Amino acid sequence: MSVQTWTWLLVGITFALYFGIAIWARAGSTKEFYVAGGGVSPWANGMATAADWMSAASFISMAGIISFAGYDGSVYLMGWTGGYVLLALLLAPYLRKFGKFTVPDFIGDRYYSNTARTVAVICALIVSFTYVAGQMRGVGIVFSQFLQVDINIGVIIGMTVVLTFALLGGMKGITYTQVAQYCVLIFAFMVPAFFISMQMTGNIIPQLGMGGTVEGGEFLLDKLDKLHTQLGFNEYTSGTKSTWDVFAITLALMTGTAGLPHVIVRFFTVPKVKDARKSAGYALLLIAILYTTAPAIAVFSRTNLIETVSDKEYADIPVWFKNWEDTGLIAWSDKNGDGKIQYVAGSSLDGKKPIYTDARGLNGERMISNASTAQNELYVDRDIMVLANPEIANLPNWVIALVAAGGLAAALSTAAGLLLVISTSVSHDLIKKQLRPNISDKAELKVARIAIFVAILIAGYFGINPPGFVAAVVALAFGLAAASFFPAIILGIFDKRMNSQGAISGMVVGIVLMLFYMMKFKLNMFGGGTSEDWWFETSPEGFGTIAMCVNIVISVVVSRMTPAPPQNVQDMVESIRIPSGAGEASDH
Amino acid sequence: MSEKQKNATAYWKENLKYLIILLLVWFIVSFGCGILFREELNEFRLGGFKLGFWFAQQGSIYVFVILIFVYVRLMNKLDKKYGYDE
Repeated sequence: MSVQTWTWLLVGITFALYFGIAIWARAGSTKEFYVAGGGVSPWANGMATAADWMSAASFISMAGIISFAGYDGSVYLMGWTGGYVLLALLLAPYLRKFGKFTVPDFIGDRYYSNTARTVAVICALIVSFTYVAGQMRGVGIVFSQFLQVDINIGVIIGMTVVLTFALLGGMKGITYTQVAQYCVLIFAFMVPAFFISMQMTGNIIPQLGMGGTVEGGEFLLDKLDKLHTQLGFNEYTSGTKSTWDVFAITLALMTGTAGLPHVIVRFFTVPKVKDARKSAGYALLLIAILYTTAPAIAVFSRTNLIETVSDKEYADIPVWFKNWEDTGLIAWSDKNGDGKIQYVAGSSLDGKKPIYTDARGLNGERMISNASTAQNELYVDRDIMVLANPEIANLPNWVIALVAAGGLAAALSTAAGLLLVISTSVSHDLIKKQLRPNISDKAELKVARIAIFVAILIAGYFGINPPGFVAAVVALAFGLAAASFFPAIILGIFDKRMNSQGAISGMVVGIVLMLFYMMKFKLNMFGGGTSEDWWFETSPEGFGTIAMCVNIVISVVVSRMTPAPPQNVQDMVESIRIPSGAGEASDH
Repeated sequence: MSEKQKNATAYWKENLKYLIILLLVWFIVSFGCGILFREELNEFRLGGFKLGFWFAQQGSIYVFVILIFVYVRLMNKLDKKYGYDE
């Protein structure tokens, strides 16, 4: 069977499965809709959290980014896993004990202030919307790449699917579909990895193969380092970023992960505090399977790519190269006219993406109008490494199709989780808690469903018309979460003296500072600037670390100059620190 | 302070002690071995890996997983000790 038939088949089967689950797990009450009734087992919640967490970016882009960044890519690996340690130790158990539905719920109650609640809702909406737009785009790309449908139709199909299981089941439906989606995506990620690891190193476990030897007895990583040095790239296992910047980015990603509302809310769905801790452990275990495999895939595909294309005649190049050239993700211009592909350090283009003309070159390659004067002749989009890997390694058609189904599972599960956070923020945090406290359970559920519908339309719009800044902003959503939520929640639990004045001023200054830095250096506003002008030599990606520290200092200083929080709030803090019972902790 | 409150304070103190130890390990494997001291560790090897590189792309993640499960065990025991088990 052809790749395309296989893809339709596998995508069809998995989609039917998701629909089936959505119908089976319909939600009847707001509690079921928001937190799946609080009765999800720790294993199921761990799987759902893992699927929720691993987005199209983790599945499709991360291994590619690492394969081009080498050691520098470690920031994502450590940052996006280490955050779970913070989550498990510092947040999840206490928030579960607190026992409400959302992060703004906690901020609003702990800081006894609707202003704090509103600030939290706004932060949650900014973070979630930037994130979800990227997912819808991911769905569109997978559809267009593998099923040859228009990218916009792909987005619309994705929207319909997410809408169905989110509307019917709320958190309950989403949780159980995510369990299925986790299984699909991890299977799809691992199968090609096993194949390629076996092919290249003779060891079927990619984590071991990465440190193994290739033909001739040389260690794979040494060989790759040598290839890199020969072609003028940096040594793969070293890096180019400064140690401080690697440190700052890793910390910002970790604390950002722990502060993301759609991740935190998952820990409201388990029955007990004990389960919240355990569930974070399962989630990280399941995530670690992908995150320790990704760097191995990065090394395999990097080596494969260099060996397949470097200094080879274009005429002899395998067909996958030309296919991806047709979709615009590879571009080659024969600068020295020798018909061979020179792949060396330096950008082959002026600008970020190739601009194709309609003409074909002497060798049959697509011509581009923005080739640079650098020696390097080849442009390869980082996103194709995972998608093209099975083709590069000559794997069977069903494996290639599997990767498409896996990419869709990853994008859809994350999108669904985010949309739920958005709708909850509107129906629960804004309408129920602020505008109409007397709203009935049934009416609130209706509002939640309308909010999800509207949110999907907006997300779909951004998926079809992606604003240029989305890609830049998605990476920075972590900085925003690190600069706003993380300190407010941590201080709320660990510092009994923290009051509303402190927390609000900290959150506002933190997020404004982060937004300012991001706009200045990423979007060129407020006079812009280059890496020379960075404050404390910190990149915008790592600036969340600094904004977070500023937030903490301001919160602490302001809170000590203003009155202590009321007794009932202090009692509440005492109560969430103790795992058992929903009642009071102190008997004053 | 009532008995109940004393119990709660003692529980919280032990909890904080565990947190500090576990987070210290968390910091050492990732920020220490994987970032700050990776050059020094790269002098040593683990099979085909330079050690600092291994910590950054593999080792730290394994330790993270272990840390959470150690925490779960410790806290379950602590809950029992102070009668907060349910």
